[in-house]
Amino acid sequence: MDAFVHLVPWIVLIPLFGFLFNGIAGLVSESFREKKSLIGTIATLAVFIPFLMAVYLFFMMQGDSESASISLFTWIEAGNFSTDIGYRLDQLSLTMTLVVTGVGALIHFYSIGYMADDEGYWKFFAFMNLFIFAMLNLVLADNMLLLFLGWEGVGLCSYLLIGFWYTDMAKSDAAKKAFLYNRVGDFAFLIAMFMIFRTIGSLGFSEILAGLELFTSLDVFMIGLLILIGATGKSAQIPLFVWLPDAMAGPTSVSALIHAATMVTSGVYVIARLSPLYMMSAELMLIVAIIGAFTAIVAATIALTRYDIKAVLAYSTVSQLGFMFLALGTGAYVAAIFHVITHAFFKACLFLGSGSVIHAMHHVEHKLHEEGSNVHFDPQDIRFMGGLKKYLPSTYMTFMIATIAIAGIPPLAGFFSKDEILVMTFNAGMGEYGAIYIGLWAIALITAFMTAFYMFRLTLSTFHGKFRLPEKVKGAENSEKHLHESPFTMTSVLWALAGLSVIGGFIGIPNFVVATFTGTADVNLLSNWLDLTTMDADLILSKQVEWMLLFGSVVIALGGVFVAFMLYGDKEPEAQDRRIAARFGALYQVWNDKYLLDEIYEGGIVRPTVRLSDRVLAVFDMKIIDGFVNMIAYIVRFFGSVIRYFQTGLVQTYAYGMVIGVIIIVSMLLFR
Amino acid sequence: MIELDWYLGLSAILFTIGVIGVLTRKNAIVIFMCAELMLNSVNLTLVSFSAQLGDVHGQILVFFSLCVAAAEAAVGLAIIIAIYRNHLSVDVSRIHLLRW
Amino acid sequence: MEIYFFILFATLAVTSAIAMITTKDTVNSALFLVLNLISVAGIFLLLKAQFLAVVQVLVYGGAIMVLFLFVIMLLNLGSEEHLLSRFSVKYVLAFFLGVIVLSQLLYAIASVTGTLPDLSPQMEQVGTVEALGDELFTTYMLPVLVTAILLTAAVVGGILLAQRKFSGK
Repeated sequence: MDAFVHLVPWIVLIPLFGFLFNGIAGLVSESFREKKSLIGTIATLAVFIPFLMAVYLFFMMQGDSESASISLFTWIEAGNFSTDIGYRLDQLSLTMTLVVTGVGALIHFYSIGYMADDEGYWKFFAFMNLFIFAMLNLVLADNMLLLFLGWEGVGLCSYLLIGFWYTDMAKSDAAKKAFLYNRVGDFAFLIAMFMIFRTIGSLGFSEILAGLELFTSLDVFMIGLLILIGATGKSAQIPLFVWLPDAMAGPTSVSALIHAATMVTSGVYVIARLSPLYMMSAELMLIVAIIGAFTAIVAATIALTRYDIKAVLAYSTVSQLGFMFLALGTGAYVAAIFHVITHAFFKACLFLGSGSVIHAMHHVEHKLHEEGSNVHFDPQDIRFMGGLKKYLPSTYMTFMIATIAIAGIPPLAGFFSKDEILVMTFNAGMGEYGAIYIGLWAIALITAFMTAFYMFRLTLSTFHGKFRLPEKVKGAENSEKHLHESPFTMTSVLWALAGLSVIGGFIGIPNFVVATFTGTADVNLLSNWLDLTTMDADLILSKQVEWMLLFGSVVIALGGVFVAFMLYGDKEPEAQDRRIAARFGALYQVWNDKYLLDEIYEGGIVRPTVRLSDRVLAVFDMKIIDGFVNMIAYIVRFFGSVIRYFQTGLVQTYAYGMVIGVIIIVSMLLFR
Repeated sequence: MIELDWYLGLSAILFTIGVIGVLTRKNAIVIFMCAELMLNSVNLTLVSFSAQLGDVHGQILVFFSLCVAAAEAAVGLAIIIAIYRNHLSVDVSRIHLLRW
Repeated sequence: MEIYFFILFATLAVTSAIAMITTKDTVNSALFLVLNLISVAGIFLLLKAQFLAVVQVLVYGGAIMVLFLFVIMLLNLGSEEHLLSRFSVKYVLAFFLGVIVLSQLLYAIASVTGTLPDLSPQMEQVGTVEALGDELFTTYMLPVLVTAILLTAAVVGGILLAQRKFSGK
């Protein structure tokens, strides 16, 4: 691939150019900001062209599968530390690039319609392009420092885009929260980089992976753990996931792109990239798996209590990310990346679909205001929705398809990836710490049930039954006549993503399915493709067990769907939720309160820190530091007041001074 | 033959007298004249060295020094006249506008 | 014979200088300075620098000092009062500074005494107008032109500074 690797820097730079163009032109020229179609086109092309280039590289790589690196220039050189701006082209980075640019381009196109009425249109697209640039740096970097640059960059863009409507205090607080929780993870990541450098002497991936024997086992555990902490910040796992639900304050396209398809998967990517390191410590893998499994179930339980359509999807994302981490923890790196890909498809579809719904509800609110009725309601609350399948048919169908996919029902995409994760978890149950892994498998199975359940709860409440707004809100009678489908720019993307959710799973058909009929088989395309870049655990289960597991997961998923239909089929979600609350009692209360995590963090960490700053640090800053600076000024003034008396204004005084000076200088010369 | 030292010594004495005059007198014009005296003593030094070395360059320097002294005298006296117009005095101890 | 002339001119120069700085009347000061300049011109002659001696008398004594006298009489200055009649720290200090300067200069001269050769025999040719003019208008052409500009600037400046009426604002 050496011949083609010079295309890689272009893939990274084109979105940067998009950002610079839209950003600078929008900044300096007010008339440019009006040209919305131009801005949108440039921004979308800035992502689509790299996608085409990545597709081209994909085809070229079929014949020649060696990885290649290209170094642009030396970035830092200090002592014996030297890092380049360099990119690495291999199967793993190319896969991530395809996902980022492909789904990214679709979401950009969607946003042209979705953000059409927004004043900050140009800023939005500039930030989105900047995000793609940072994300591409992250996945294509050939050394950890450049990856970290991308890592921080996506955190920054996340902040900028979550707080896009910054005039609303709550939204800008959400952005700050996201950034701060990310920062905690970044700190751990940084320390891991220091430790790596100390042993290996370089931060390039090839050097790191070649020099793994140099680490002691304690080193490996610490580094892996620190990077895991960093990943929990970026990929929203326990304990740092609490920013993701709040991040829904940003525009829906942002939620789709950043908080579903790309940024949150960077943690998964990093661990997959460093898979040989992780495979060196069974304890480390176990911790990763435990964090993943528990995050999955905790998030799933919270999701089934939420009424905000985006909040449900946010917790669903956290839960699915938990599945990915579980996969990583069992040594199933291919499965984790597989789930990244399929999740990108259906989650983006779900988010954009919800965007379409919210768009429609907003429109209703608008129209009601025009008619003179001064109603206010949350357009994202599913209690006010219902029966939308009649009015938003395309949105309904794509949303339903994506829901079926996420529930894990064959033959849609989610089934293949989730099933592979469950199989590999059970497989890990045969090895070291087997009993714990079996327990995690059980947790994952329960979570799969819940996933199907809460997703169908969401879909059914939103689209089935009857439109509840007129009866819930005074002044909104007959408002259903204002409901209409979203424009083609939006629905086309929904259909594209729904289509991918249907067929996307077939790149990863498990081998045993076909092998049962044909002896041996090697049809798992994704596995073959990625095997070269990650170090996976071996599959030691027999075919019979695999079939049983497969049927088991299908049954569980269908069970979840069935229960959801029974409870929420055509009925009001609130009433049904009360029934569940009654059944589960205190447990449901815990789920509803989000396990009080936000409150714990607020009281235990945030408030003491603020108080410390206020009482101690602020005083220190004002009295001591300011005092020091003021003292310097005072000294200067004091000296000035003394010395000024030399300026008598009399010529002869100055003449005296000159003569004395001459005498001194001459004596210095004479008596040297 | 008169040795060079005597010329130099004379020049030193004249220079010193000029310095004392500058430091002592109150009349601006007299101070200026003492400055001219100092300049003149330097010219004397230059010429004596030029004579001793047989080099004409010393005398050329004197030539230019003379020109500059002339120009300086013209401008300086013009300034003194302007000051006199504003303060009606050329007593330097009375002119101290740039005082603290 | 030379030595006699040297002593004559030297004494004349020193006494006229001292008189210049001590006399009360400003016009007297100027006249004493003229005397000083002429005696220095005499010393130039002793050093066989004929051209410079004549130029000194003409330019310094004839032009610059005349200018001084014009200005003194134009301003119609009286004599300074209290000169040397009042005891003042200033005089003592000035005297001492002067003595220090003199001692430094004499020390500098004394440290090279005896090491310098006597007057060179080429002096006769060097001090002539031809020699000076030769050097002046070949090697030092540029400084000559610059000096011309300088003098012009001085004249213009002098007129501007000293003019009576200021036009306009």
